[in-house]
Amino acid sequence: MSRITVSEERCKGCLLCTQVCPVEIIRQSERINQHGYKVAEVPAEDMEKCTGCASCATICPDVAIEVWRGKKPKKSA
Amino acid sequence: MSKANTTVAPSGEELVFTRPASLVDRPTHYCPGCHHGIAHRLVAELLDEMGVIENTIAVASIGCSVFLYNYIDADGVESPHGRAPAVATGVKRARPDKFVFTYQGDGDLASIGMAEIIHAANRGERISVVFINNTVYGMTGGQMAPTTLIGQKTTTCPAGRCLEREGAPIRMAEIIAHLGGTAFCARGSLDSVKNIRQAKKYMRQAFEVQAKGFGFGFVELLSGCPTNWRMTPVAANKRIADEMIPYFPLGVYRDVVADGTCGSMVAGGE
Repeated sequence: MSRITVSEERCKGCLLCTQVCPVEIIRQSERINQHGYKVAEVPAEDMEKCTGCASCATICPDVAIEVWRGKKPKKSA
Repeated sequence: MSKANTTVAPSGEELVFTRPASLVDRPTHYCPGCHHGIAHRLVAELLDEMGVIENTIAVASIGCSVFLYNYIDADGVESPHGRAPAVATGVKRARPDKFVFTYQGDGDLASIGMAEIIHAANRGERISVVFINNTVYGMTGGQMAPTTLIGQKTTTCPAGRCLEREGAPIRMAEIIAHLGGTAFCARGSLDSVKNIRQAKKYMRQAFEVQAKGFGFGFVELLSGCPTNWRMTPVAANKRIADEMIPYFPLGVYRDVVADGTCGSMVAGGE
């Protein structure tokens, strides 16, 4: 299973990541960080849909997203 | 995408994307949706991947990117008001073993620093230039730049840029490509994932022509300035695709490696 982590201290709520996610699981949360931005989040129940494509991290201007990619079950190596 | 990092979690998950090592762990001062952050990350990733970070001297410019030295963990020189290519010339000639790049915006490079960039490219200085084109003066509050599109409203052309009065927007990549010393010249864009990945390839080539001693490397990056465009970041990205890319076509404008003419350029070295 793949997943992303959003650094809420770095996120500026620009929402570019929400536009590029192929499975459309990133959304704006109601949480406001210390700079006053509403940060992006992936709801816990949607995280399993994450494909680990890293599109969100690629377009994030603030390097706020880390992407963890799970091993594919079929691949032995 | 940074692939150098191979951190693996106990669960077997692999960290496939994280902050590059030479990008300082510090929130940027840029506005939400500003593409400087993406350009900084691409520069840092390339310096890491090429293994030249310890030998890098960055030459920063004036504008929002003036704080480049706060974010790229390399030695740097501050050279405002368009003089970065001239200062970089001196740095590279004094220390030809170093990797020297400048990072300039359109107000800096295409307006006040037009003479410096043209002559540095024409001399074929072994430096690389990252040119951020967002069609506006960002830091000073959104005045008209040489690259401002026809009809675009700014604080100094509130009715929109007029072709008869202010002239046409300058296409820097096309100009630089035709100068004698240019080894690589391309224009990329930072508005979509696909274009960002392509832009990184262009930047790698612009950096490598310096590392190989072929000559001047130039890459123009179409970027968004949501604050001064009075747009949301999402709308600003759409504007790049709809308005900027048709006027500033993406692609490679000169590549001596692909042309097979790079051999003649090495002979003219220091």
